[in-house]
Amino acid sequence: MIAHSVFFYIFSLIAIVSAVMVTVSKNTVHSVFFLILDFISISCLFIMIGAEFLGMIMLIVYVGAVAVLFLFVVMMLNVAEQKGQWFSSRWDGGTHIPVGLLVSLIIFFELIIVIGGWKYKPDLLNSLSLNISTEVTNTKSIGNVLYTDYILLFQISGMILLVAMIGAIVLTYRERVGVKRQSYVKQISRERAEGVSLVEAEKNKGVKIDA
Amino acid sequence: MDSYFSILFTEVYKILFLLVPVLVSVAMIVWLDRRVWAFVQKRRGPNVVGPFGLFQSLADALKYIFKEIIIPASSNKLVFVLAPVVTMTLALISWAVIPFGEDFVLADINVGILYLFAVSSLGVYGIIMGGWASNSKYPFLGAIRSAAQMVSYEVSIGVIIINVLLCVGSLNLSDIVMAQQNLWFVIPLFPMFVIFFISALAETNRPPFDLPEAEAELVAGYQTEYSGMMYAMFWLGEYANILLMCAMGAVLFLGGWLSPIDIFPFNAIPGPFWLIFKILFLFILFALVKATVPRYRYDQLMKLGWKIFLPFSLFYVVLTSSFLLYFDLLPGI
Repeated sequence: MIAHSVFFYIFSLIAIVSAVMVTVSKNTVHSVFFLILDFISISCLFIMIGAEFLGMIMLIVYVGAVAVLFLFVVMMLNVAEQKGQWFSSRWDGGTHIPVGLLVSLIIFFELIIVIGGWKYKPDLLNSLSLNISTEVTNTKSIGNVLYTDYILLFQISGMILLVAMIGAIVLTYRERVGVKRQSYVKQISRERAEGVSLVEAEKNKGVKIDA
Repeated sequence: MDSYFSILFTEVYKILFLLVPVLVSVAMIVWLDRRVWAFVQKRRGPNVVGPFGLFQSLADALKYIFKEIIIPASSNKLVFVLAPVVTMTLALISWAVIPFGEDFVLADINVGILYLFAVSSLGVYGIIMGGWASNSKYPFLGAIRSAAQMVSYEVSIGVIIINVLLCVGSLNLSDIVMAQQNLWFVIPLFPMFVIFFISALAETNRPPFDLPEAEAELVAGYQTEYSGMMYAMFWLGEYANILLMCAMGAVLFLGGWLSPIDIFPFNAIPGPFWLIFKILFLFILFALVKATVPRYRYDQLMKLGWKIFLPFSLFYVVLTSSFLLYFDLLPGI
């Protein structure tokens, strides 16, 4: 039991410190690395309370895919300069800080509501219709709920993600003119007969190519 | 407190018992790779140090240890040093869940295959960190290429794993092996095995998909600025990852520690040896592919991953699940 709590405090300390470092560190790439550290320690906490499926999915989805894209964006665009601009006093026409403050206030109040709800946790647990058994692995129990009671919500959230993806592609898609595309099916299936032809060249007249 | 420490010591002992053979076999596998490559090209390969040149890798390691570690002045030093450490660590921690036999596994966890998948998807970070921290053009381009490649092929590997899981009904690796007692999954899921093999080549940046380190275009990709022991750690991590992918293929498709037929001379050989045979078989296939196939173009690589492998393996998921549903073979319900 002591070991358990020691590990809990180690992971939660890392999670909190790295969450603070995400916002504090000046280098944006470092921020993303701290964000990854945060994700990893949170998934460790998930595994410690026995929700190993959630922890692993967190690692695969957030750390393995989402954070990689974050890193890509941060490395490719020069975000660091822009960030410096936002917070310097010379920046005049910006509305970023009020919007950011608003969003963070909303999140803060939501957090307060969640922590306040902690008091009613026993009532909530009693009102649950399903009984949580320790014999079934939590992968199975999540699947049992997700694909039966909540199938509609599950499907709808999938559709929303798909629509968002298509929307992003449509918004950024730009047809480029004058680009020669390489199709390897075309390249490989080219025969000698259609590429090479013998032409009788007349004296003093030559041959017209691409006629 | 006493019992606590005794548990700690037995665990450390078990971990050493697993990791030391893995590291030694990584060194041996590098030698095997070079030998197979040489034999295909009618050369001799490394054959001077020790019998058949077996100690070549150890000699190389010694050389790397005594070489100077150069850290570029304009690099991000902490991240630069961390990158090979991350690669190496991630390559080694995955071995914890590989089952070498019945009850012969370091950590028999419920979500073993997810753990393997998660750790292998973390492998990108060593490469991105190395490429970015070098603060130089070629490593950066190599890192970007490699990250895009690994993320793309991870998707198809994930879908292939779903195919296997549909037939097993459990995420535990020992359960996956035990489900293949009658029939190895390589037979009903043969197309998936082929795609897994090719995706594993791409995932570990092996030829013909070694674009991140295409020496004609990018010098050595993300490893360009590394030297000495740090380069060797990248290298060891890469080969440990290759071995791990072979082990994953053996567990998912070739029946792990099970013998091919359950009759006397075969089932007398202990399980771990069968697993090692299968890993070696897959590794020799890797080496032969390296020796025979020319390098892909980058757009071809991306097209193969997203437009051919992903739709095909998704189609196969539908096929497998409808087959299992129709013949009432779905496990675990």
